[in-house]
Amino acid sequence: MKRGMSRRRFMTSVGAGVTTAAAVAAAPRVARGSPVAEAGRRVDLVLQVNGSRRRIAVEPRTTLIEAIRDGLGLTGTKPGCERGECGACTVLIDGRPRYACMMLALEAEGAEVTTVEGLMRGEALGAVQQAFVEHDAFQCGYCTSGQVMAVEGLLRQHADPSLEQIRQGLAGNLCRCGAYAHIFAAAKKAATLKGTGR
Amino acid sequence: MKGARKAHATRATAVVGHPVRRKDGLDKVTGAARYIDDLVLPGLLYGTTIRSTISRGEIASVHLDFDTTGFTIVSARDIPGKNVVSLIEADQPSLADGRVEHVGEAILLLAHADKERLLDVRVSIDYRPAAPVVEPELSPTTFKEITIAKGDLGRGFAEADLVVEGEYRTGHQEHLYIETNGVLAVPGDGGITVHGSLQCPYYVHRALCELLSLPERKVRVIQTETGGGFGGKEDYPSVLAGHAALLALKSGRPVKMVYDRAEDMLATTKRHPAIVRHRTGVTRDGHLTAIDIEVLLDGGAYVTLSPVVLSRGLLHATGPYRCDHVRVHGRVVKTNTPPNGAFRGFGAPQTQFAAEVHMDRIGEQLGLDPIQVRERNALRPGDTMATGQRIEANGGALRVLREAARRTRFRQRRRALRGTDRGLGVALFFHGAGFTGSGEVKLRSKATLELTRRGVRVGVTATEIGQGARTVLAQIVATALGIPYEHVEMPPADTSLAPDSGPTVASRTTMIVGRLLELAARDLKRRLRGRTPAESWRAHGPISVTKEYTPPPGLTWDEEQYVGDAYGTWAWACDVAEVELDRDTGIVRPLRITSVADIGRVIHPVMARGQMEGGTAQAVGYALTEEVVMRDGRMANAQLTNYLIPTTADTPEIDVVFVERPYRNGAFGAKGVGELPMDGGAPAIVNALRSLGADVRAVPATPERVLDALSKG
Ligand code: FES
Ligand code: FES
Repeated sequence: MKRGMSRRRFMTSVGAGVTTAAAVAAAPRVARGSPVAEAGRRVDLVLQVNGSRRRIAVEPRTTLIEAIRDGLGLTGTKPGCERGECGACTVLIDGRPRYACMMLALEAEGAEVTTVEGLMRGEALGAVQQAFVEHDAFQCGYCTSGQVMAVEGLLRQHADPSLEQIRQGLAGNLCRCGAYAHIFAAAKKAATLKGTGR
Repeated sequence: MKGARKAHATRATAVVGHPVRRKDGLDKVTGAARYIDDLVLPGLLYGTTIRSTISRGEIASVHLDFDTTGFTIVSARDIPGKNVVSLIEADQPSLADGRVEHVGEAILLLAHADKERLLDVRVSIDYRPAAPVVEPELSPTTFKEITIAKGDLGRGFAEADLVVEGEYRTGHQEHLYIETNGVLAVPGDGGITVHGSLQCPYYVHRALCELLSLPERKVRVIQTETGGGFGGKEDYPSVLAGHAALLALKSGRPVKMVYDRAEDMLATTKRHPAIVRHRTGVTRDGHLTAIDIEVLLDGGAYVTLSPVVLSRGLLHATGPYRCDHVRVHGRVVKTNTPPNGAFRGFGAPQTQFAAEVHMDRIGEQLGLDPIQVRERNALRPGDTMATGQRIEANGGALRVLREAARRTRFRQRRRALRGTDRGLGVALFFHGAGFTGSGEVKLRSKATLELTRRGVRVGVTATEIGQGARTVLAQIVATALGIPYEHVEMPPADTSLAPDSGPTVASRTTMIVGRLLELAARDLKRRLRGRTPAESWRAHGPISVTKEYTPPPGLTWDEEQYVGDAYGTWAWACDVAEVELDRDTGIVRPLRITSVADIGRVIHPVMARGQMEGGTAQAVGYALTEEVVMRDGRMANAQLTNYLIPTTADTPEIDVVFVERPYRNGAFGAKGVGELPMDGGAPAIVNALRSLGADVRAVPATPERVLDALSKG
């Protein structure tokens, strides 16, 4: 495998969430820059978020991250670039990691959306969150909810991922603080906590 | 009772040196931590900035080509105080007034209650362009010039058997904190409160007082949870806070400004590019007899922190080596590009890249291996540096060099790799901890401890930016006071509640602010006379103790001559990098970096390792992929798809080893760690490429540069 190419390759091929997102990438941005965008027209939408039905009114051009943060007040999901390049906004759509900035809110209708707030088990931390705390898998914490969601999504697909699978699964989640090694350790630990890993 | 107290004490004293849980850990993993863009207030307006599209010229006219109903508009004319971003010099306007000096310079500010309306803003500006200066070597304007001299260069070169020369270049580097710059300004009470993602609350405070012509007590700055800084939120937030405050005061409403990624990359500061020339005299057996270094830094359009970046760069330019005859001369000059500013390492990564690649070249010419040539010259206890600073009895570079060579089996490994596409390189380096020269004396940092019902509250404006300040400072206090770590409260940095404990920069927080807190805690402990905080509170109510920095005895610094103790102490480290080279594509894959570091006593082993790993990862990007393409003074690749920072796939395995040699004037013996790892990764990787026959003398070592070097080799 050639390193140094990972970003470009990631953008075109890797990551369950990103392959289809590429197709909608341009949508919100074109609308934003365009004076003919249907600004102001709102449509009612029901989103299934963290296990509950939430009704919200959005513009057709509203992205999922905007709907989650501004509409529902769930600010755990972070914007880092809003163009599908950093992974800070990663959420689960039907259990799979997706960039919430690369999806329209309307597209998420009918799907189960999980954000970092949805991983709590009541007052207790979810397994991945617990593992992140134990392994100090963050510094500034800004990429963290995205990393946590990416790991959660990974573990739902691979109960006991190898280091290489973890590396690949998280290749679309940038951490400028460079906490990667700790994140890998946390992912391993989370698999154990979930009882799915060894 | 007595027994219980004793148990407490043992538990507490176990805190320093142990990996306690981060104070901010729970909030960060649950998404509860509030960063600037998570805050909303009733009546909130959103601000945006209209910027120059040319790199130099006069502004002829400004036209607003949109419906301005509901907009608040601010130009230079609306500034109540001085139109400057107050830092070292008063040369940078908050808003351009008649002329612009770089692409991205702020000209006009707009705010509206509806975010979406900001997207429809159309402003056209007519300029009378002037010819920009983009090459530092052609700049007629010098911001600062410094010379460090020791011994007699003529004599040193006369003693040399060989003179080795070389020129080395480093480019811009973008901080790329994942949270962009952002602030929220709230007017009220004839003053302003600014919440923001920032490193230095009092820098922003001072800048706001000048810009708005407000007395100190009418300005309040509060740090919100900050999504990475790396120096990028040291000087720049003063600019952005000023803008939001101007809009807030004019509109009478709270104003939030958060940059989008492209804007943050285009308009905010970067690491200074450098050109470094070495001329070194050396004896046949490898001893340095003369070092002559010339440094040129590209400062960008305004002074910002350039003089101090130059100073630190020059003080690190020789690398950690002994030599009797030294001259280091440097200038930082103006170009019509966005101002460069603080970035982890602060001039030292640039000059130590040059020093360490040069050191390998000296070894090659003498037939000495990289360890030998460094061993001959590494600073030892009792040696003096270029400024005359003497190395402490437990200091010097030799120890980390030997440990790194041993741990990596450097020589055997290098032999084993011969003839393969894998190379091994080393870099020996150091980093001065704390402010340069008399900087700490001038800062006069303060720290406060207040007794609470069950413990203490820490009053500092040292900021948590991911490095773990909150946790480490609490560990220090808990240990010195003998109370549980959980009973130490760490409120957010707020200029209305805590004294100025200096900026959170220069790897100074643990060492300097931590030390003040350690002393304050010891004082408080004496005043408790054996009572627990709770008992004392019940009997006597609140107590508070404030400590102010005083320099350790014996430190001297002559700012004019550049002679004396440049830093209170130095951290030392040695990196060994193994890389794999694809000779067809020029792509370099770093496989493993071993980093042996002396950062004094380690307060929190896991987070300290995290600092070393994170800094090293940034150094890997600096070494290989992070290239800012400036076209006519504009960053042409202001996005993450073509400005490439290391991903999980590009970051090598990083093996960190600490050699703990305590520093007597640091908190519990600690020195600084934050910047150190940024200095070594790039030269270690480039030296690994040298061992593969690629004579690379500039970073980033992009595939193009590597192929070019191979074809010449
Ligand atoms: S914010 Fe969605 S990928 Fe960066
Ligand atoms: S923890 Fe700071 S970006 Fe990942």
